[in-house]
Amino acid sequence: MQVKVKGNTLIIIVNGDLDHHNAEIIKNVADVNIMENKIRNVIFDFKNSSFMDSSGIGVMMGRYKLISNAGGRACAVNLNQAVERIFQISGLHKVIEKYDTVEDALKEFNAE
Amino acid sequence: MNSKREKLYLEIESKSENESLARVIVSAFAARLDPTLEEVSDIKTAVSEAVTNSVIHGYEGNEGIIKIECEIEKNILFVNISDEGVGIADVKQAMQPLFSTKKDEERSGMGFSFMEIFMDELNVESESGKGTKIMMKKIIGGK
Repeated sequence: MQVKVKGNTLIIIVNGDLDHHNAEIIKNVADVNIMENKIRNVIFDFKNSSFMDSSGIGVMMGRYKLISNAGGRACAVNLNQAVERIFQISGLHKVIEKYDTVEDALKEFNAE
Repeated sequence: MNSKREKLYLEIESKSENESLARVIVSAFAARLDPTLEEVSDIKTAVSEAVTNSVIHGYEGNEGIIKIECEIEKNILFVNISDEGVGIADVKQAMQPLFSTKKDEERSGMGFSFMEIFMDELNVESESGKGTKIMMKKIIGGK
């Protein structure tokens, strides 16, 4: 995984499958960044990932809870069909917003 | 070719790294039935949930062996995933959507629900202190 900070937004680029193994790694790296960089919003970028299971739901909901207390928002971009299906079936799309690209998400966050 | 039965036996160490290995191997085995992309992803998700369940709950992060048995019979894939871990005291409760004994560890409680949704049949046998066996069935080309 890779992270980028743009203003008060953290972009998490998921590399490979988002399963329990990777969820633990992402959780740790994301939380350090959220604290250190005074992060308000989080973008999960799935451009390098084509699989997610229920562990992915846990890690995304966890980050959402962390930032939403301070009014932050979480979203996911570049979803393939398989990941999109997990979003729909689990109802995750009701909490984690969905945009086509990182730029679209940033534009939306900055428009607040 | 699909008239005969084909079998796959696999034993893996209970480690989170092996979750991806398990779903790749099982989906490669299932590829003999010429599944659609959606069916492949269904199988991968269900296997991932079952193996993760053994790693996190069965062995609670400790050492252990997870057994994966697959069988193809006509257009049906059978996948059994078992561990000799702590077992589940109340299987019915564990299978409730959103139920999790590890909410503080950010487990969504969707594992069994996903196995149920993505496969055509799911049965779970478990005994406290003895282990858990998850039995799943997927009909390929069933829709």
